[in-house]
Amino acid sequence: MELIDILSYGFVQRAIISGVLIAAICSTLGVFLVLRRFSLIGDGLAHVTFGSVALVLLLGVSPLYVTLASLPVVVVSSLAIYKLTTSRRIQGDAAIGIVSSIGIAAGITLASLSGGFNVDLFSYLFGNILTVNMTETLLSLAVFLLVAGMMVFFYSDLFAVTFDQELAKSMGINTGRINLMLFVLTAVAAVLAMRVAGIMMVSAMLILPPIAALQLSLSFRMTILTSVTVAVTSVILGIGTAFVLNLPVGATIVIFNIVFLFLIFTTRKLLQRIRKN
Amino acid sequence: MPVIRVRDLSFGYNGQDVLSNISFDVAQGDYLGVVGPNGSGKSTLMKCILGILQPRQGDILLFGEAQNRFCQWRRIGYLPQRLGTLSTGFPGTVQEIVRMGRTDSPARKMRDTLEMLGIAHLAGRMIGELSYGEQQRTLLARALVHDPDLLIFDEPTTALDPATRDIFYSLTREINRLHGTTVILVTHDIGTIGQFARTLLYLDKTVVFSGTFVDFCASADMTGMFGPVSQHIICHQHDHT
Repeated sequence: MELIDILSYGFVQRAIISGVLIAAICSTLGVFLVLRRFSLIGDGLAHVTFGSVALVLLLGVSPLYVTLASLPVVVVSSLAIYKLTTSRRIQGDAAIGIVSSIGIAAGITLASLSGGFNVDLFSYLFGNILTVNMTETLLSLAVFLLVAGMMVFFYSDLFAVTFDQELAKSMGINTGRINLMLFVLTAVAAVLAMRVAGIMMVSAMLILPPIAALQLSLSFRMTILTSVTVAVTSVILGIGTAFVLNLPVGATIVIFNIVFLFLIFTTRKLLQRIRKN
Repeated sequence: MPVIRVRDLSFGYNGQDVLSNISFDVAQGDYLGVVGPNGSGKSTLMKCILGILQPRQGDILLFGEAQNRFCQWRRIGYLPQRLGTLSTGFPGTVQEIVRMGRTDSPARKMRDTLEMLGIAHLAGRMIGELSYGEQQRTLLARALVHDPDLLIFDEPTTALDPATRDIFYSLTREINRLHGTTVILVTHDIGTIGQFARTLLYLDKTVVFSGTFVDFCASADMTGMFGPVSQHIICHQHDHT
């Protein structure tokens, strides 16, 4: 089958468009999350997404709207993590752990109530971007535009809050509003990433591209652009390779992200060694 | 109109008072030294003034306006103690840090500020790659770039070597004298502050002393607190001009 024939399929077009949009969303938000030491929020929210999907499936929601119907619980959970981190007694990673435990416990209980793990729930656990529907593609586009808007209008504030929250507050920046935006969008991104990589690998979509970009010690703007480039390239190469070699798409995309991280990391180390000598 | 007016301010964590009934004014063009032992609430007071912490009670006026309605934050430059992010390889250049949080920093003004602080050649360097002194100068440039009317320095010289510390203090005095910028310097170094500050606020969870350095040196209460020798050493360093 020719490449052009593959690209003519509607489901492949939707997969590529959604994958690229979701990769761009996750890799942009991921830079802020990694720098603010919220790297594991993707994992925590993925567990909540598992619980939320189990609930939605138990309620018999149409497969077309599972992603959309899962959103409210995940958004509320993300805000709960944020709220818990503002408490002096609970650190960010502990807050993620608390919400994550509730999500996974609820998911297992609800899956058990619906008669055990069925095929639908498994498809969300491991993801398959080739089954993305039009509602999800449109949702991805809407969230992409929101993230792009946030970057255009709040870039300066986001930079300051990421650098130091107290310093940002002293400049009159509404750090609460910035955090709210970041945590709500991260929740939506985690649900969307579930469709690309599966619940098991949501955090990979959020943290691998930013970590790869951070190895290069670039400016803040260039770090975000590099993170997006790594993520989008991984999605395109991942979908193509998975289609040709008949591999699971989500896992292949994550493997490409890891390959990029490895290549950038070793190249940087080699260059450092050469400079030293 | 004072630049800052604080009245009956109290702040506490977990039911314990860190600050209680703090009242003082800072006049336009003043150089105020805020001193006190560790844990006396100096930094907490500054964070309350800057809106970083919310006091339990009391009023704060900034340039005559209630702090919770104040929105001309660019009139205030703040230099905190060392920031945690600086050691983690934060991906920000000196230029990006100085421009931080502002969308309209004129390039020329930024260049001039970096040149004044002797770090123009570092503009494109990553903040994490710089020495501590250079990082502090970058943060100082950020605080100065918009010609603020009020500068708040919170123990900015804690980890600086003595030579760099002296340069830093001299610079703050120059800014205060040449531009009339009001300066608040928080420090635990009461011996050194006498060289620069005109007025003094001595805190120990509450206001122990508030007034001019001349009043401080003449105060029998302060003699009782520090002892005549220490008070003499502190006052001897004060430049009364």
